[in-house]
Amino acid sequence: MIGPMKLTLGPVLFNWEPEVWRDFYFRIADEAPVDAVSVGEVVCSKRSPFFDHHLPAVIERLTRAGKELMVSSLALVTLERERRQTAALAEATDWLVEANDVTCIAHLVGRPHAVGPFVNVYNEATAQWFAAQGARRICLPPELPLTSIAAIAAATPRAEIEVFAFGRAPLAISARCYHARLHKLTKDNCRFVCANDPDGLPVDTLDDERFLVVNGVQTLAHACTNLIRDIDDLSQANVASLRLSPQHCDMTAVIRTFRDVLDGRKPPEQGGQELAAIYPNVPATNDFLRARATTAKSLQSGSAARST
Amino acid sequence: MELICPAGTPAALRTAVDAGADAIYCGFADATNARNFPGLNFNRREMGEGIAYAHQRGAKVLVAINTFPTAGAQEVWHRAVDDAVAAGADALIVADVGLIDYAARAHPHQRLHLSVQAAASNPDAISFYVRHFGVRRVVLPRVLSVQEIAAIARAVDCETEVFIFGGLCVMAEGRCSLSSHVTGQSPNMNGVCSPASHVVYREENGTLVSRLGDFTINRFAKGEPAAYPTLCKGRFKTSLGSGYLFEDPVSLDAAAILPSLRAAGVTALKIEGRQRSRAYTESVVRAFREQLDALDAGKKPPADRLAALTEGQSSTLGAYRKTWR
Repeated sequence: MIGPMKLTLGPVLFNWEPEVWRDFYFRIADEAPVDAVSVGEVVCSKRSPFFDHHLPAVIERLTRAGKELMVSSLALVTLERERRQTAALAEATDWLVEANDVTCIAHLVGRPHAVGPFVNVYNEATAQWFAAQGARRICLPPELPLTSIAAIAAATPRAEIEVFAFGRAPLAISARCYHARLHKLTKDNCRFVCANDPDGLPVDTLDDERFLVVNGVQTLAHACTNLIRDIDDLSQANVASLRLSPQHCDMTAVIRTFRDVLDGRKPPEQGGQELAAIYPNVPATNDFLRARATTAKSLQSGSAARST
Repeated sequence: MELICPAGTPAALRTAVDAGADAIYCGFADATNARNFPGLNFNRREMGEGIAYAHQRGAKVLVAINTFPTAGAQEVWHRAVDDAVAAGADALIVADVGLIDYAARAHPHQRLHLSVQAAASNPDAISFYVRHFGVRRVVLPRVLSVQEIAAIARAVDCETEVFIFGGLCVMAEGRCSLSSHVTGQSPNMNGVCSPASHVVYREENGTLVSRLGDFTINRFAKGEPAAYPTLCKGRFKTSLGSGYLFEDPVSLDAAAILPSLRAAGVTALKIEGRQRSRAYTESVVRAFREQLDALDAGKKPPADRLAALTEGQSSTLGAYRKTWR
């Protein structure tokens, strides 16, 4: 039986044009049956100034639409400017702050907050410790297998446990910008070339196997994590919410498809097939959930995620 | 500045102590540490003997328990903490919040060092671990410039340790699932990155192809030295060209900036490479001992003899130089 699982839209990880970014959220507010939305720049602090002025309007529209709002913090904080930015973000009281680094959690201890997927929560002791400090929601790292997810959720009833269920899984973050490096620029003088690739820049092997995508300082899987066929198992594992991470496709349709499967209006298999049409040419994967290595073959076709 | 040296075996520990290490770091032979390679690391008896050997010669032993405990199996990590304390470890190197909390509560007098795997990259993050768990030293992630390190050392209420030589993570440590994606073996959970068990080399028309898991990591022309296929040091293809997208097969050598690191207020210098041979360990430790002794005596440091020991014969200052980014 499928439980009352919630849907959360994760922050846009890519460098979208500011107006595209704003209109994306306006449409989510107006049309998408999603329970919670997390917004904010997670990957590169240099991008924030471009859409910061749209943020109040986006927050207002989402809140008015009844979405549970979270503002998400930077995943890797090294510069003084980034520290100040993170500290300022943590002062917010009108919405839940989602911390993507311990830097942000340091400011949130003792107050209700959310822990994002870039914080290392690998086991129940860590989840319980953060929950005791005020974490109401914890989105687990994408690489966790179902056995770990179940053990953490069972032991941490104080927090809603969320799982990364749609989108290219973030695999690494660096101080070095690969978009800048590929364009023979430095990070400090990057000309924001990452904006050329709103769904990530494909990285293939020398044997032309599809492999990864880069997004500035971030590296993600080429394959799209898609756990729509795993919803029963996730529900039994007491997962409270599924995170859908924006890709350059019709995310409102993605959300509706997940909603239909959660509400029992559509079988998971049909949902999976529809998602393959909504986000074509990018194969689906559930390899992390099933504790499996990803194979080159599975990335060549637009094949569906293997069920077990 | 203290010289912190790696030991993958009891013999390497003795070698490093004899070559002039101030402290040795090592781990148990299981998934509780980030160099969980076959044939490497210490059983309980060896750990006790190694610590005794070091202590008799005035050196310290730091035990790395720096992977993230597997949910539902945390007692393996708890036992590693308890046994390291019982063996007389001078410090535990830890990364996971739940495990640090366990160590701080079960062994309140035990010195704790925050592992590089915790990726605490600024004063706020570091102070969090000092405030909540009494961490005494932080091993800084390899994403920081010397200037940033100096600012951190001034701002935090604990000691700082930095890497000076050996393998170089290009990604923020402890936050990378690249190897996990390709091999199903996770650096964070299993303590292995790009494991040899998943590496295959094959000849194709005079080209040597190196693969990790199911993916080609590099191709080498005849005569070209073939680097180990660590995922982030491979050659890949993009619409903007092919090559070493993330990093060349270089390793870190910060010998040239030891004076700057001392001026930055760094407490300890760390050499990577618990998986390396005894001969390697001895050469590197001796070379850095000479460098540090010369620095302390205000003398000109001896000529750099380390170049031949770096991977692929080329080295980098990595993020210590800001333009690396």
